Amino acid sequence: MAGYYHSHDLARFAEIGSNAPDLAKKFFDWYGAVFADGALSAREKSLIALAVAHAVQCPYCIDAYSKDALEKGADLDQMTEAVHVAAAIRGGASLVHGIQMRNQATAVGM
Amino acid sequence: MIPLAAVTEQRAQLAALPLPREFHDAAAASGWWPLTPAAITTLQINVGKLCNQTCRHCHVDAGPDRREVMTRETMMLCLDALARESALTTVDITGGAPELNPNFRWLVDRATALGRHVMDRCNLTVLMTAGQADLPEFFARRQVEVVASLPHYRATSTDTQRGAGVYEKSVEALKRLNAVGYGDGRSGLRLVLVTNPVGAFLPPAQASLEAEWKRELLRLHGIRFDALYCITNMPISRYLEWLGESGNLERYMQRLVDSFNPATIDGVMCRSLISVGWDGRLYDCDFNQMLDLPVEQSASRHIRDFDLAALARRRIAVGRHCFGCTAGAGSSCGGSIE
Repeated sequence: MAGYYHSHDLARFAEIGSNAPDLAKKFFDWYGAVFADGALSAREKSLIALAVAHAVQCPYCIDAYSKDALEKGADLDQMTEAVHVAAAIRGGASLVHGIQMRNQATAVGM
Repeated sequence: MIPLAAVTEQRAQLAALPLPREFHDAAAASGWWPLTPAAITTLQINVGKLCNQTCRHCHVDAGPDRREVMTRETMMLCLDALARESALTTVDITGGAPELNPNFRWLVDRATALGRHVMDRCNLTVLMTAGQADLPEFFARRQVEVVASLPHYRATSTDTQRGAGVYEKSVEALKRLNAVGYGDGRSGLRLVLVTNPVGAFLPPAQASLEAEWKRELLRLHGIRFDALYCITNMPISRYLEWLGESGNLERYMQRLVDSFNPATIDGVMCRSLISVGWDGRLYDCDFNQMLDLPVEQSASRHIRDFDLAALARRRIAVGRHCFGCTAGAGSSCGGSIE
């Protein structure tokens, strides 16, 4: 392969249903239902998706949900704050493991 | 840069795009061809291109330097048509900033005296300009419906689209409208906000967004309003220019075509209104007006010859820009159609 992560591949997502079509249908139906207005608004869900896209570092998802969040009525300030939430959780997740480190160090240390 | 101020250049640029189908084909495939009016209930009067703002998405190319302003004589012809045709129950006044027309208040007075429901398409900041501070009271006394542009309930997107400092002035103007009773849900003084996307994408779902806007404008500024209209940006004039310069034109038009929704055609604005230009010429809508596409020859083409029966029989002129009104949930002067 010439490389990874081609932006035009996002539009080919449905091809994943070429094999295991029943599973793909279940996934896409469920996916659509997840993002409908519910207890959370579609805009709030889009901002969550944008944050998660950064946490899992998926360039397809970042492209898709940057546009989707704008289309759902979010502005760039709100989207930037969502990315900071993702970054804070990623950073915090590393840092809170420091307690595990301290537990071990305390257990074996003098 | 392409001289897009010339209407022929705009039409040529739209025509040159490689799109998979034309609007009339899409309409015909849905059983809507030829496109004809429903009951015509609204006279939409564009009183001129003069405006105190120069918004980046403006399909009118309005601004402080424009001199095309409707005269009192042409307004009188509009009022004559209204007096003759009781079916025209609503007068929808637009611009530019319509309030800057020196005869704006005279027109509103005469139209309300004829018993018509008057709507003013207001950019909000005009309320903060010299000599306009009493507009909220003027509107309230005449029960004018205020339809006000605000791209977002926060500053960033609003100022990006409409100019630095517009958000702050808009918030102050909304507070002044609230102070005389607009948006309180009791006085009958209806305040509608209109949002257009700040970029090359479709507007959000109107019902979902309205609840959020009401919550946030109340929380941030104590502002109340009655309804939110989500309107699609049309590939005309300044917005067309921006689409071209930013490399978004073909993709945006493709998006509009791909999002064609036949269920929206029933409610498109051209089926229920007649648009009058600043010089009295008649159009199917404000967008056709800006592209210089007049109503068909067999209908009356100037307000002095206004013939509602002939206009009701006309075929509506369409073009590729019409995909803007039928994309997704649709877009009309009253926001989403579905």
